[in-house]
Amino acid sequence: MLIIKNLTKYFAKNTPHETLALDDFKLRIKKGDFVTIIGSNGAGKSTLLNLIAGTLQQNNGEIKLSGEIISNQPEYQRARWIGRVFQNPLLGTAPYMTVEENLSLSIKRENRGLRLGTNRNLRKYFQEKLSELNLGLEDNITKKVGLLSGGQRQAMTMLMATMFKPKVLLLDEHTAALDPESSKKILKLTRDLVKERHNDLITLMVTHNMKQALDVGNRTVMMDRGHNIFDVQGEEREKITVDDLIKQFSLVGNRKDKYVEDRMVLI
Amino acid sequence: MSISLLLHALEQGLVFGIMVLGVFITYKILDFPDLTVEGSFPLGAGVAAKVIFSGGDPLWGTVLAIIAGSFAGLITGLLHTKLKLTNLLSGILTMTLLYSLNLRIMGRPNIPLLGKITLLGEIKKYFPDLSMDYLIPFFFLFLVVILKFTLDYFMSTEIGLTIIATGDNEQMIKSLGVNTDITKIIGLCISNALVGLSGALFAQYSGFADVNMGLGTVVSGLACVIIGISIIKSPTIFWRTIAVIVGSLIYRFLMIIALRYGYSFGFKPGDLKMISVLLVIIALSVPLIKHKLNFVERFNLGRKELQNNNGKEV
Repeated sequence: MLIIKNLTKYFAKNTPHETLALDDFKLRIKKGDFVTIIGSNGAGKSTLLNLIAGTLQQNNGEIKLSGEIISNQPEYQRARWIGRVFQNPLLGTAPYMTVEENLSLSIKRENRGLRLGTNRNLRKYFQEKLSELNLGLEDNITKKVGLLSGGQRQAMTMLMATMFKPKVLLLDEHTAALDPESSKKILKLTRDLVKERHNDLITLMVTHNMKQALDVGNRTVMMDRGHNIFDVQGEEREKITVDDLIKQFSLVGNRKDKYVEDRMVLI
Repeated sequence: MSISLLLHALEQGLVFGIMVLGVFITYKILDFPDLTVEGSFPLGAGVAAKVIFSGGDPLWGTVLAIIAGSFAGLITGLLHTKLKLTNLLSGILTMTLLYSLNLRIMGRPNIPLLGKITLLGEIKKYFPDLSMDYLIPFFFLFLVVILKFTLDYFMSTEIGLTIIATGDNEQMIKSLGVNTDITKIIGLCISNALVGLSGALFAQYSGFADVNMGLGTVVSGLACVIIGISIIKSPTIFWRTIAVIVGSLIYRFLMIIALRYGYSFGFKPGDLKMISVLLVIIALSVPLIKHKLNFVERFNLGRKELQNNNGKEV
């Protein structure tokens, strides 16, 4: 269970540029849930993910994971349970290190010592996992990651974010910077990897695409200016269409600009 | 070119090669231009010289120099990670601090070691038949090889890989559960421990320690790393550590040539630092110049093609 309680985050607090990114945000996600998060620019989606991962520190509120308060831990401690994939495919892997070195960095996230980073057993395991990606990477595990394409690197990042059996998987528009073909592949990979662990993994996926938000996962949250304005799951979600979402989006009370960004409805 | 001159270059290349391995760790692996070495090199020399001069065991003097060096790295690391100073400023502050600290440790600006039993003298006891001319290069080579392989191994361990990743993609390795403050500090400590060791050995080899002997360490270290890496191009740690040692040998060889034959070109000993700076500038700008030349070539080719097509000057 991931419980987000009264989470508040300001940027540039106490300056003329002060912005409220998350305003008393609340969300409870149970094990096995795959939540898609939509909202326009500045809605606080990425901020939410950064707060859960610990890249940013909240001004108020707390985050609990399986009963433990994690919101006061530094990012590197939370990484034991949290897998992340970023929008930029270059962010998730180290370019001057080999494929197997990258994988070995991600599989063990605490108590690292003076044992060799890779060994024969690990290499075999990595090759097995890589062959499931169908990218031919299993024959190139000593290749530098910088020589791979963006799609290949994002697929590797997906593998690195799930291979160590995390409790939470955070996907921040992880298909947005790829070409349509790679984007489709990564989305399929996401579904497969999440399906493998459908009963104990908590997944949060930020997306700009409303159709994708309804296609993937089993729950959808719409955010606006740091609030959770619409939350739908189960049977109710099955019936909902993109048009309903747009309507919902325009209904938000305090909005002056009642329009939806183009790229949210583009399919 | 006499054999003794070559041996001289070999000895110096190897003893400074240990320092170059240290510079390689910070400059190339951690992506941290560390100026601390300018202070930790004479610190290692001063600590070892002080111990030996006071009649202490030269082995202990050398070990203390290694510890002192890693301590210098620790200061820079703490300034950078905990007080959030920039990497250059952290190094400059530590380097300046070490100058005063070293003067206090040594008690005077220069300690001569002539007539004292140094580490090299101790080793000579075990090989009474071997002449010092051959013992010194063999000992240094032995040491450099051991350090090289230890470093290679360390960099492929779980901790070593996190240090490499810190220099390669810091945001990523943080999200994989690594406290990059710690990895940076470990890297700086190891680097400066090597530099301290190099200083201690150089003091015993050349027979003195001087507070000013660190002047230009950064530039010469960088020159060696850059020369080595541009000659042996390989992405693996195994070859990269070999490359920087080869770079150190080439650099010392060039410096000795410059010292020996420089007079005929009007050079003075004081010009050495300027020469090494020129070496660094040339080595660093070669890729850019190559690129520019390529561009000019392509441009001219394009012009020719256009001329052929249109039959007139463009």
